[in-house]
Amino acid sequence: MFDYDVCVIGAGAVGAAVARELSRYRLGICVVEKEEDVCSGTSKANSGIAHAGYDPEPGTMKARMNIRGAELIRELSRDLDFPYRQNGALVLCFDEADMPGLEKLYRRGLENGVADLKIISGDEVRKMEPAVSEEAVAALWAPTSGIVCPFGMTAAFAENAAENGTEFRFLTEVNGIGKTEGGYVLHTSGGDIRTRFVVNAAGVRSAEIHNAVSETKLAIIPRRGEYVLMDREVGDLVSSTIFQLPGKTGKGVLVAPTVHGNLLVGPNAADMEDGEDTETTSGGMDEVKERAGKSVPNVPYNRMITAFAGARAHEKGGDFILGEVPDAVGFFDAAGIESPGLTAAPAIGEYLAGLVAKMAGAERKEDFVSTRKGIPQVAKLSPEERSALIAERPEYGRIVCRCESISEGEIIDAIERTPGARSMDGIKRRVRQGMGRCQAGFCTPAAMDILAERLGIPVEKVTKNGPGSELLKW
Amino acid sequence: MEYHDIVVIGGGPAGLAAAVSAYDAGCRDVLVIERDERLGGILNQCIHNGFGLHTFKEELTGPEYAERYIRKAEERSIEYRLRTIVADVSPEREILYVNRDEGAVRMKAGAIVLAMGCRERPRGALGIPGYRPAGIYTAGTAQRLMNIEGYMVGREVVILGSGDIGLIMARRMTLEGAKVKVVAELMPYSGGLKRNIVQCLDDYGIPLRLSHTVTKIHGKRRVEGVTISEVGPDRRPVPGTEEFYSCDTLLLSCGLIPENELSKQVGIILSRVTGGPEVDDSLETSAEGVFACGNVLHVHDLVDFVSEEAERAGRNAAAFAAEGGKTRGGVLQVTPENGVTYTVPQKIRTDAAEKVTLRFRVNGVYRDRCVAVRSSGAEIKRVKRRIMAPGEMEELILTGEDLARCAGGITVGLED
Repeated sequence: MFDYDVCVIGAGAVGAAVARELSRYRLGICVVEKEEDVCSGTSKANSGIAHAGYDPEPGTMKARMNIRGAELIRELSRDLDFPYRQNGALVLCFDEADMPGLEKLYRRGLENGVADLKIISGDEVRKMEPAVSEEAVAALWAPTSGIVCPFGMTAAFAENAAENGTEFRFLTEVNGIGKTEGGYVLHTSGGDIRTRFVVNAAGVRSAEIHNAVSETKLAIIPRRGEYVLMDREVGDLVSSTIFQLPGKTGKGVLVAPTVHGNLLVGPNAADMEDGEDTETTSGGMDEVKERAGKSVPNVPYNRMITAFAGARAHEKGGDFILGEVPDAVGFFDAAGIESPGLTAAPAIGEYLAGLVAKMAGAERKEDFVSTRKGIPQVAKLSPEERSALIAERPEYGRIVCRCESISEGEIIDAIERTPGARSMDGIKRRVRQGMGRCQAGFCTPAAMDILAERLGIPVEKVTKNGPGSELLKW
Repeated sequence: MEYHDIVVIGGGPAGLAAAVSAYDAGCRDVLVIERDERLGGILNQCIHNGFGLHTFKEELTGPEYAERYIRKAEERSIEYRLRTIVADVSPEREILYVNRDEGAVRMKAGAIVLAMGCRERPRGALGIPGYRPAGIYTAGTAQRLMNIEGYMVGREVVILGSGDIGLIMARRMTLEGAKVKVVAELMPYSGGLKRNIVQCLDDYGIPLRLSHTVTKIHGKRRVEGVTISEVGPDRRPVPGTEEFYSCDTLLLSCGLIPENELSKQVGIILSRVTGGPEVDDSLETSAEGVFACGNVLHVHDLVDFVSEEAERAGRNAAAFAAEGGKTRGGVLQVTPENGVTYTVPQKIRTDAAEKVTLRFRVNGVYRDRCVAVRSSGAEIKRVKRRIMAPGEMEELILTGEDLARCAGGITVGLED
């Protein structure tokens, strides 16, 4: 009478992490996602930081999940083979008068259990990071902070979940939820789905999903954050993640390398009416640049390759809402997941999967596959290794994306993984084809043809990111 | 390790002309490496006419022009490798290339000719605000999709930027049944050739709005329209001048960037103005035995000039490969001033025997001005021009006699 034991709503970083952890147990699991791929909402447009954990108030879910998540990301990046690097973070203080604030952050970090925190002088900061402004008087140094690829991490969780039996249903939007005997029925754009348990990981729509089953209402205020991204050639302007101490002028913006070597600046914060209104604005981009200039005065904006905006799922209570909904038995929330949500995702997965499994009385599988191998990054291999791989599979020898040196073989892999890319954006997020300085100017025609051929669809059906975003117009 | 006297990186018009002239100068061991599946480069997608008026004294299409050079290369049995990409070049002229059949292979070159061409400036680099839907293409990508692949990219089109490819695509899309609503140009003048404005816009009644730019892209999945605003003298949008154009496609023709990622690996000094290597009159870069020509050196308007330039690079590469690196003599530095933005070459060897062709661009539209070449204050040459514009490359020839009168550096500038 049930289609699944557990339905996870949302295939972002949190939903994929929950599914991966659930797949350790003998449970029938399905992830429903309204978009055409994993990592299509908040998870696709954020700072890509694995936060050290000095920021959240001690005792909150944010603090607990951040600390555990940072630990897990370090392990999982090896087990599941996704890009992560511990590059450290500096929180800059620009005014002696703000020093108590910096010290407070330091003590909060200690209380949360963050290792190796240190307050250093402005001169020490500039010795580490010569590009930092003369105006920085001191900084909190958090060496355990890291950078992670949000797409790579989410895809890794999803692929590993799928390998362990999780089903993914894309383009499946939940329009309503009903309670049934011993479970729930999800009314989706793809028909009704009956399930014993539900995990709500619906991002900016998590309040709406929650409110469908509970009298205790949540309110998500989506907040837009805009970013600008610079060419890899200037990615070494800073080596650590440069934050600003929240001060009179509000929460600062960061200047950071990405795990792929670009330079990222952002985000600002603006409340928005609809969580999908992720347009960039000239005012927002100007604001981000101006505020970043306080930390790093000479960001080479003439090397900008793209700008983007994402939505944060800010809940008015301020903390993550995790766990079973009191008036909805078997319905679990992962709601209000904003920063440090990406870092916290694996910990949220572990925590919620544990609760669900306990309630379901599910046993652990003996044949759980705990590791996953990523798609080979052919250009990073030595010539000898590269030749050996090409001899095995010649498609790795045809470079399609010249800016990022991505081969046809890697694009085919992105499509043939489960869950695999179904669109140009799906390929881009998995293997970075079109992510470079020409922004897919050269490789679009070839990638379109490969996608059409592998999916067995006519090329006019190839989309950027799902129905309605067809690239061609007949 | 595999060795060739000359390795030409890129089999477009520049690479082909360089290879042919190197052969004709006596070098019998020339290899052309091309990343695409055919020789000819970007000319293959330029199916319009207007090529070859200078070189062949007749009007050819892009593929016809390419074909002439491909035939020359084949007549000389010049070796080439297709679907092959150069991944790395060292200052010692060691090359790492990759293809399906051989894998990743190292080879050594006596001399290298860089002929990788250029790329288009994408939306992201322009910082146009709005959504990021399908339907935004650089003009060259749209041209490839239409002319090589045979795909229609849009029905209702707005074009930002009046570079030549954008103008050509305005006509091309109109001929294929699309409605091109407007071409917006940030600058108060067009970046393209006058003849293209007349033949591609005026003849089809397509409006060109100078001092206008796109200030917002609408549509979450596919482009639904754009907002166009007037810009002031500071090139910032003027509030209150916004106009909405509904369209399903935005084409960008906002500048070309010489593609010098390999040059940077070699450590070659690049010009901040052209984006290409700094070269002397032999078109040798700051790396010994590495020459550059075509759009990787500086962006050209006419392929005829690419061919001419590449022939010089090929000849000089052949001489280098035959003689080895002889000690370099002195050079005259060429400095642009008064409205001249750059010159190629940037240096002239003091022992340069032949005449030297200087190519340059100006920073605005000038009528009835002189181009003056001076050395230590003395006037070496003075040529009057009726009209000069940034979209049209200028040329000036310095003879051996002219050069003999130069001491120290040379300046090239506009005078009344």
